[in-house]
Amino acid sequence: MSKTYYSPTHEYITVDGNVGYIGISDYAQHALGNVVYVDMPEEGDEIEAGEDFGAVESVKAASDLIAPVSGEVLEANEKLADNPRLINEDAMANWIIKVELSDLSQLDSLMDEEAYKAHCEAEK
Amino acid sequence: MNKKYYGKLIFELSRPGRQGYYLSKNGCDDALDSLPANLLRENAPELPEVDEPSVVRHYNNMSDNNFGVDTGFYPLGSCTMKYNPKINEEMASLPAFSILHPFQPSATVQGALEAYYELQKMLSEIGGMAEFTLNPYAGAHGELTGLMVIRAYHESRGDLKRTKVIVPDSAHGTNPASAAVAGLKVVEVKSLADGTVDVEALRALLDDTVAAVMMTNPNTVGIFEHNIPEIAEIVHECGALLYYDGANLNPLLGVARPGDMGFDVMHINLHKTFSTPHGGGGPGAGPVGVRAGLEKFLPNPRVVRRQPGGGDALFELDFGTEKGPNALGRISAWLGNFAVELKALAYILSLGADGLKMAGPLATLNANYVKECLRDLYLLPIDRVCKHEFVFDGLADKSTGVTTLNVAKRLLDYGFHAPTIYFPLLFHESLMIEPTETESKETLDEFIGVMREIAREAAEDPETVKAAPLETPIRKPDDTAAALNPVVTYAEL
Repeated sequence: MSKTYYSPTHEYITVDGNVGYIGISDYAQHALGNVVYVDMPEEGDEIEAGEDFGAVESVKAASDLIAPVSGEVLEANEKLADNPRLINEDAMANWIIKVELSDLSQLDSLMDEEAYKAHCEAEK
Repeated sequence: MNKKYYGKLIFELSRPGRQGYYLSKNGCDDALDSLPANLLRENAPELPEVDEPSVVRHYNNMSDNNFGVDTGFYPLGSCTMKYNPKINEEMASLPAFSILHPFQPSATVQGALEAYYELQKMLSEIGGMAEFTLNPYAGAHGELTGLMVIRAYHESRGDLKRTKVIVPDSAHGTNPASAAVAGLKVVEVKSLADGTVDVEALRALLDDTVAAVMMTNPNTVGIFEHNIPEIAEIVHECGALLYYDGANLNPLLGVARPGDMGFDVMHINLHKTFSTPHGGGGPGAGPVGVRAGLEKFLPNPRVVRRQPGGGDALFELDFGTEKGPNALGRISAWLGNFAVELKALAYILSLGADGLKMAGPLATLNANYVKECLRDLYLLPIDRVCKHEFVFDGLADKSTGVTTLNVAKRLLDYGFHAPTIYFPLLFHESLMIEPTETESKETLDEFIGVMREIAREAAEDPETVKAAPLETPIRKPDDTAAALNPVVTYAEL
């Protein structure tokens, strides 16, 4: 049973057990505009909650990716290297990295979908 | 703006054997025979073969495609696109400067060295700094040089744990980039709702691992950082240095000096504040100044003045032998972009102290005038007296679906260069306008009129604005495709 959480900096993480898929939200892809490059970590890299683990570059801006949780990178989504526009097509389906979470309690500080919607509304 | 687009390449005009000039036999033809074979090229260079009228027409037609400060109003926020007086070009083109060779003995280039020395001194006076190097080639190169100076300073004291640079979230992208290239870690500090740095958030980040805090003042949203004395105090208390990004120096010209505000190191973009050309008309120059005590960390060569035995002053190149082992050495091939420096010197001398003192206040007046004339139709997120530039968050009426990008493209139809858009990232629909002091009230009124007209169109006929530009030679290039699959050579075309 997977559940999706959101960070205030517009990353999402869909968690199943202690494995999570991290990407940027639909709101974020819309704000960024056409994505032209995704800078991703490599398998085996450690990410730390609150620290940047990569960047998304669009025709408008380059924006850091902030890790919502700490853990080890199990896989980077190689499809994005060839076709970064997939993020614009479906941000939720096209995750950026797959991680093994080191501390499940970090999820408590993230938002659920409803809270995140309110967060985006307030930012508009 | 012309509507026709001349899109040919000089190679397309090339015809085998065609020449502009026919040289007579000069008896040197066998000179090649005396050169060793390994120094001779095997194939002729693949240069275009074109007659003179075709070359002249080609480049004139190319330049007609261009838009610049010489063709129209260019309110590109954060870039200070002021008019570049032609006397600057004339001075830099004087044969006494233009025919010099960098390896000429100092005694034969005293005038050029004196000009260079004078600019070092004038920038020091303008910035409130002890000494300036004119070596860096551009603003970001200046930032890198300044951060290398700061690193060298900390290392000279054996203070090796300072690895962080604090940068405001509104900073120009070059700040974090320069810090990263200098081998330092970037930490971001948040801005308050009024666009200024949050002093308490900054205080919480300051400790003995911080090498420097980089600030742009006025900042990216055109607001003066009024807490700068307190910021300087807490930065110095923790042992770090305060870096001034000179990108927005223009409104302070002759009014306030970074050195007096407590900044330790600064750079100046001569191609912004000192009216030397930008971009394709460049190159730029990013001189770096330091407060007293840091001079020895500046790169070399620099020009020094001596007065041997009471005789005439003598200007010499100093390569750092006198400044000790701490100097960074070279950061550029020679003295930096010398011709650009001459243009900046010509600008300073032709305006004089009184003229320079008017530049900042007039730039500020122009920006506030445009802002106040448009704020009823465009959303003004930070409602304060701005300095040289300000940011709208798109049109006030969001119901039409017309975006900042649409407004910017529509401006092209009316013959204006677009403002900076979608920067800074603090707002979703940033539209950043910097008119500079060199524009007349008539030009500003014309721009204001067009911006109001576009707001009216957005309300009454939004589809036209969304379809813009309609009148430009090229309408909507696919920037995404260009970024993903850039075609940069003729062979790829």
